[in-house]
Amino acid sequence: MTAPRDKLGRPVVVVTGMGIMTSLGAGKADNWAKLVAGESGIRTITRFPVDGLKTTMAGTVDFVSVDPFSSTGLSERMAELVTQEALEQAGIGAKADFPGPLFLAVAPVEVEWPQRRELGRAVGKPDFNYDDLLRISGGGKYSAYHHRFMFGSVAAHLAETFGTKGSPISLSTACASGATSIQLGVEAIRRGETDAALCVATDGTVNPEALVRFSLLSALSTQNDPPQAASRPFSKNRDGFVMAEGAGALVLESYEAATARGAKILGVIAGCGELTDSFHRTRSSPDGKPIIGCMNKTLADAGMTPDQIDHINAHGTATPENDKMEFNTTSAVFGELAQKIPVTSNKSMVGHTISAAGAVEAIFSLLTLEHQRIPPTINYDNPDPTILFNVVGNTARDARVTAVMSNSFGFGGQNASLILTREPA
Amino acid sequence: MTDTPATKPGQTEVWITGIGLATSLGEGLDANWAALSEKRINVDEKGFAPYIVHPLMPVSFDAQIPKKGDQRQMEAWQRIGTYAAGLALDSAGIKGNKDILSKIDMVVAAGGGERDLNVDTGVLTAEAKGANAPGFLNERLMSDLRPTLFLAQLSNLLAGNIAIVHGLGGTSRTFMGEEVAGADAARIALSRIASGESDIALVGGSHNGERKDLLVLYEFGDFNLKDKFAPVWARKDHPGFALGSAGAFLVLESRAHAEARGAKPFAKLSSVVADLARRKQSGDMTATLEKLWAKLPKREGKGAIITGATGAEPATSEERGFLKSHADLPVRSTGTMFGHTMETQFPLGIALAALSISRGALFPPNDSTGTEIEMQGAPTQIVVVGAGHWRGEGMALVEAVG
Repeated sequence: MTAPRDKLGRPVVVVTGMGIMTSLGAGKADNWAKLVAGESGIRTITRFPVDGLKTTMAGTVDFVSVDPFSSTGLSERMAELVTQEALEQAGIGAKADFPGPLFLAVAPVEVEWPQRRELGRAVGKPDFNYDDLLRISGGGKYSAYHHRFMFGSVAAHLAETFGTKGSPISLSTACASGATSIQLGVEAIRRGETDAALCVATDGTVNPEALVRFSLLSALSTQNDPPQAASRPFSKNRDGFVMAEGAGALVLESYEAATARGAKILGVIAGCGELTDSFHRTRSSPDGKPIIGCMNKTLADAGMTPDQIDHINAHGTATPENDKMEFNTTSAVFGELAQKIPVTSNKSMVGHTISAAGAVEAIFSLLTLEHQRIPPTINYDNPDPTILFNVVGNTARDARVTAVMSNSFGFGGQNASLILTREPA
Repeated sequence: MTDTPATKPGQTEVWITGIGLATSLGEGLDANWAALSEKRINVDEKGFAPYIVHPLMPVSFDAQIPKKGDQRQMEAWQRIGTYAAGLALDSAGIKGNKDILSKIDMVVAAGGGERDLNVDTGVLTAEAKGANAPGFLNERLMSDLRPTLFLAQLSNLLAGNIAIVHGLGGTSRTFMGEEVAGADAARIALSRIASGESDIALVGGSHNGERKDLLVLYEFGDFNLKDKFAPVWARKDHPGFALGSAGAFLVLESRAHAEARGAKPFAKLSSVVADLARRKQSGDMTATLEKLWAKLPKREGKGAIITGATGAEPATSEERGFLKSHADLPVRSTGTMFGHTMETQFPLGIALAALSISRGALFPPNDSTGTEIEMQGAPTQIVVVGAGHWRGEGMALVEAVG
């Protein structure tokens, strides 16, 4: 490793700590072992009754306890655990004194059904309206729920626990949120505002209403039995994504600061890019131009050409539209290389961790670079003949990997890509 | 460390070249300015009694959101924001300018969308009457929720709708986290332009304060103003905020970009800083505000303060402590005039600061406690203060273009 600055003269941004949690388990070691073994974390939901739901499976994180339970509470706890793991690895700062800002990708927060039902029961009569709920909400009995259901509550908790500096940013760019949190950290370091940034993404929102919402938009797989076979990226019989929970944390530092303190460098965030699609709330522009532009911007940001990318960690949700669009747009950018570069979708095993996905998959990409081994896309038994990706199907593949593109596309026209490398370009 | 430094040599000056306002006082800059000048406040003390809200002055959404289909896909908070964003683009003279809109960067401060109250109460009352089958909630939600309601609730779909309706094709980021999200949105957009990462950005937020589900959330913490309206500074013994409806958007632009297209600035945005006070002990928040104040660039011009103080305690008393040490500066409270518009309050403060500078006068005080004093002459430097009712503190410096 040589240059502390990239081709555009900006500080090189490196990763010195990572923490991860998915339905496969807690921590990098456990997740990586299961990922390359092709294990699925998708199971039938047991957290709440699934009667009446079209989709009854998800990649839930059931091994973390939160009391009283709420989706936001679970998101917060997972974020805390992955941050601890990342900070231990990075060995940066002191306890509760992280020397930089926090960028947190988190699902939008709202009062949840258990708390709403508690309120409903407290009214104490069978016929009531919203004014009756409002009348009994005050007086301090539920003040903990105010704090819990503030959008900024998870970031405030993490900032106080880990002593990050300044105002922590909570962000949402839907399914691209995790990538955006990394991008914000990269930009802050490149601008010279800080030498380090903590980028965290978390999502613990497998609850009845969230499932119903995605179901009503026909976005979820309904291949409930067996649940492990539901998520089928790039397959002809794919029918939607599988909701999942998880979290990822990355400690970013300038190359200069990391080497000055003798930190082990786990990889480089060589490029980031984003581009809005103004075509439709949930569908991509049919010509794919915004996604193509997003990938091209990311290559330009990294100062790289398509032939320098030797692996793509796809968004690969397994919705009929996404995977097809992703192949078409990748082909537009990479030409014939799109059929040669090994492509995989981690979502085949861990499901779609929504707000966390961009960070979770960036970490898997960095682990791919470290181990020179590409995790498989499982359930790839019936390839879609129109998607001519070189899919790493069903079994992990050893490969020489020097640069990975990781893509995230979300509702609201959100597109974001990252390029991760082993060493500065 | 995470603050936007004042413009350094080699960093570009950032101008405010567009302002879009749709508030409880009216639509557009003239209507809002007239109401402020006449000390007119629009509160509804009856519709949500005993709670008080500042309702949106009705607008014709068709004017900025021509397709009814688009309007139907949004809930009120998104319509208000999409409308105000359109006004800001108009104000900057870039509405429909495909070259610019295809690269404009958007940073939006957003909460979430309103719930379907009928669905919620329907489920709860059925349960109160004994409905207890395991799948009852699932079945009711599957059959009763409008399929696209989710999209009207998602935080990032305010930005999504703005992009669709106004044809924005640059980048889009949504920040959440109540009041300080508005400060952080401005802070990040400013640092990106100042450092040359971006040329032009649309920044702002919107809020629908006429929502019982929000009243429930804030009532959990006893934050709602009840029974009778009073200016923010006169609420000490009767604390709370009155939710307000508003959309406030700004077009921020590098000086070079604005000059190249002949755009005139309202003012320049010189600095935005933000922090998270621990607020464990009395005085913590006051100290953080002082710290932010010290980080702003030197001010030698004719100054004033526009604050988004909420009226909730103890935050408002903490802020009063901070203001006391700067009592030489005239103060104005947007909370008194517009209600508390949460994520929108900080962009609204910046908008009013820029407007006051461009109109050569600060709007008059509206306060019985003596906290707000008259100002003679034209302000050239206005500090915008935004401290959250629970967490988060932000500050900005808006200055006359020299």
